[in-house]
Amino acid sequence: MLSFGLVIPYYIYPSMDLADTATLSLQANQLSCIRNDIELFSDLSFEVQSGHVLQIEGANGCGKTSLLRILCGLMLPSEGQVTWNGSDIQKERITYNSNLAYIGHYNGIKGDLSCEENLRFFQSLGNTREDIQIDDILQQVGLLEKDESHARKLSAGQRRRLALARLLMSNAALWILDEPFTALDPEGRQLIEGYFDQHCSQGGMIIFTTHHPVALQHTQIQFLRIGHEK
Amino acid sequence: MKNSSLNAFRAMMYRDFTLAMRNHSEWANPLFFFIIACSLFPLGIGPESNTLERIAPGIIWVTALLASMMSLESIFRSDFEDGYLEQLVLSPYPFTLLVYAKILVHWVITGIPLILLSPLLGAALHLPTDGIGLLMLSLLLGTPVLSLIGSIGVALTVGLKRGGMLLSLLVLPLYIPVLIFGAGAVDVGLGGLDVSGHFLLMGSILILAFTLAPLATAAAIRVSI
Repeated sequence: MLSFGLVIPYYIYPSMDLADTATLSLQANQLSCIRNDIELFSDLSFEVQSGHVLQIEGANGCGKTSLLRILCGLMLPSEGQVTWNGSDIQKERITYNSNLAYIGHYNGIKGDLSCEENLRFFQSLGNTREDIQIDDILQQVGLLEKDESHARKLSAGQRRRLALARLLMSNAALWILDEPFTALDPEGRQLIEGYFDQHCSQGGMIIFTTHHPVALQHTQIQFLRIGHEK
Repeated sequence: MKNSSLNAFRAMMYRDFTLAMRNHSEWANPLFFFIIACSLFPLGIGPESNTLERIAPGIIWVTALLASMMSLESIFRSDFEDGYLEQLVLSPYPFTLLVYAKILVHWVITGIPLILLSPLLGAALHLPTDGIGLLMLSLLLGTPVLSLIGSIGVALTVGLKRGGMLLSLLVLPLYIPVLIFGAGAVDVGLGGLDVSGHFLLMGSILILAFTLAPLATAAAIRVSI
């Protein structure tokens, strides 16, 4: 089946003070993605800079996750390239990875490890702040009393909180998050929105997808709609 | 950065060991398979010590190879399913280094127990004492190659729903040289001939696999996820 991808990007540019104005930039240049002979999107170009939040919108199956995976470098676009501060992410992988925190559909949590062990391993995987205490992080995401429990005993929402706790440990400037609010309760969502604000005010940038309405207090969200026009 | 890479390598090994210790079936099932499969041969063939002695190195090598293959999926399967592999690929440390750590742990938890158990099974199959030492040495050189080559196969098939059968089709032909020289070394040694040629060849295969297999595995994982 042949179908034509139509991409309608539109932006609302933020008006806010950035801690570190536009020093970092992620650029997507004329990306296109074809999966199973279907063109999900084509000729997609945008730029995200320090302090910006980009929400990717679109119907189910329109290629949001594929786009995020392309932006992370986990998947190659059919055409086009992604650049980080001007250099191709596929060529400067280590530099790019040291600026990136990605949380995908799957939480990347080991059920047989305790919450604390899970976070401690991520600490040694790099991109983490020196000054953090794992107990503090667990307390912030409301899992301190569960620190010894095996992660498989946690509920879906708690596991999502544990995955998102990695963002608090991270010193990466760019967060790429696939449906971060899935399974979270309103309180958890508010918590993460607070972290979004904080991250952007420190000059970070966030690209995420969600079907939930998101309201950030200090940061305006830019929107990018992908998929087919109905 | 170098120190941190080493820390990441150590942390990866520590994590995989911890998980293996908590999930006994990962290393115990292939081991039981090894014991049971080896003990089926005397039942099927008969207990004549002459026959068993002649085929013992081959039996032990083939079952060790199958047992090692059974446990291959555990290297990457669960990490693939819970999204951990993506995180490892996106870590700022060389992914190949983390792959090395994972393969090393796999060999320690599945290969070393096979080597340690082989004298017992060798004795059960009437393998002479001289042969047992040679068998252990050949397994010591051969089992790491099984883990290294196997990891490429798992990396290629981990994205497939039912990759198990395909994995064996991919990996078993590549195991043939190790099997020939491994079992052959014991036979040759028992015949009173010089075995250094066999062991040198196995050592070369090990070095080749150790140098190249993790690179191929890391590349295959990037394609599979």
